[in-house]
Amino acid sequence: MIELDGVTKYYGNYPAITDITFRVEKGEAVGFLGPNGAGKSTTMKIITGFIPPTSGTCSVAEYDIVNQSIYARRHIGYLPETVPLYADMAVSDYLRFMGKIRGMSRERIKSRISEVIEICRLQDYRQSYIGKLSKGFRQRVGIAQSILHEPDVLVLDEPTIGIDPIQVVETRNLIRDLAGEHTLIVSTHILPEVSMICERVIIIHEGQIVAVDRPENLATRLRGVERIEIDVRGPSKEIIAAVKDVEGVSGVERKPNPGSADFTTYEIEGTRGGDLRALIAASVVQKGWNLLRLQAVGMTLEEIFLRLTTTEEQLPES
Amino acid sequence: MRTTMAIAWKELQVYFTTPTAYIIGAMFLIYAGIIFVLDITSQTPEASVRSFILPSSTFFILLSPLLTMRLLAEEQKLGTMELLLTAPVRDWEVVIGKYLASLGALIATIALTVYYVIMIYSFGDPDTGPVLSAYLGVILYGAAALSIGLLASSLSSNQLVSSVVGMGTLLVLTFVDEIGARLSGVPADIINNISLRVHFSDFSRGIIDTSNIVYYISIIAVVLFLTVRSLETRRWR
Repeated sequence: MIELDGVTKYYGNYPAITDITFRVEKGEAVGFLGPNGAGKSTTMKIITGFIPPTSGTCSVAEYDIVNQSIYARRHIGYLPETVPLYADMAVSDYLRFMGKIRGMSRERIKSRISEVIEICRLQDYRQSYIGKLSKGFRQRVGIAQSILHEPDVLVLDEPTIGIDPIQVVETRNLIRDLAGEHTLIVSTHILPEVSMICERVIIIHEGQIVAVDRPENLATRLRGVERIEIDVRGPSKEIIAAVKDVEGVSGVERKPNPGSADFTTYEIEGTRGGDLRALIAASVVQKGWNLLRLQAVGMTLEEIFLRLTTTEEQLPES
Repeated sequence: MRTTMAIAWKELQVYFTTPTAYIIGAMFLIYAGIIFVLDITSQTPEASVRSFILPSSTFFILLSPLLTMRLLAEEQKLGTMELLLTAPVRDWEVVIGKYLASLGALIATIALTVYYVIMIYSFGDPDTGPVLSAYLGVILYGAAALSIGLLASSLSSNQLVSSVVGMGTLLVLTFVDEIGARLSGVPADIINNISLRVHFSDFSRGIIDTSNIVYYISIIAVVLFLTVRSLETRRWR
């Protein structure tokens, strides 16, 4: 349904995102996770056709977002991060306007407005001026306009930011209900939110995709396991056996090392928490083998994860 | 077309549900009223609209940018442009829709002066031809001024900047014929043809010259085209 291929966007000389490639299948709910400034919003602006990519292609519902923009845009419902709405319009007038500019028929607009008002629980605010609504209700109006035309693809940029905790829960439930009917991309920097709503997570950091996985896999992959790489000179079988004997190591694998002929690379997986690196180093050196390199891998991902797992309570301090 | 009208209708509603249109209309009426009174109390009063409608239209230098400054600048400031331009709407539909709304508001404002025309008819015997041609001229002149105001609005997300740029441009384009009057030959011709005012004076004398109509229509077309382009470049930045 959504396909990005090598999408890069420069703002001046600054690359906001580089070489983003991913696919979202019909009906899938994908979370876009990353710290502030990672390039989430930029990617969403490209998917929705607001800004064109510097290079690479993006298509929605098989229409190229640059060359067949109008057709692609018909399939998209979008809620930008800032929830931009016309403050001097009443809720129902605003929704009617959004329906009209999306080319919906008068009858369909009428019936859909009642439906989305019910879905987003705005019944008591039909005639209220948007400017007078609280942030949480404005958010609902924003979601209402994004689903008004029953789009195949729903793009929500940080839909729970800046609203109170009760409304956050309500909004998440609302989005989860919507996920069933639409292909959904939702961006956030709160990890639990993603696991609640999405089947798949794309982690983006400094404009690049660093991981794509199911939320539960991602969590175990990051929480319980540590990965270490070592370069050692010596007899392979014995090295593997010796390293396996170290407490906490659950697996050792030999990897090709193109950089050196006599040093071999081993990838070690182990439980986190212990002094794994020190123990491995000690055991290798004790046997008289030469240890050239010992490195924990996936550190960047861990770093990102730490930033992402900032819970809502911790947010004000950061 | 339907989306264009939807945008135009929405903007017209904003004009008339907020104080904007009323304040601008009131200011225009005060100004036109003063001119009208000065005109009919002069030594040689005339039963025509010419002597008050030409000076009144100078007010468009202020009025047009005030009507248009909001239209595109505010959408950029509030970010609503993002929703508008990600809806299946073409850039030119947005520009034309907004332009038609401002034109509607302007015509409504001008229509208020019909009150003076009724007075002229009840106390004098003016020629109907020049009255109608003067109004055609005023509307064309105003329409051209609005297109320039809209272009200015597309250039900035700051309404104040937009209106000042619009007013400055209109001021130059209106009074540039004063410079033309001090020159001769080709430069004078060029400058006189640029001036928004020069093409207007024929209308107020009751002359409907196709070249003048073409002049205003071309100005509007070119400036609106530039506005669409200006909107497009904002996407690419």
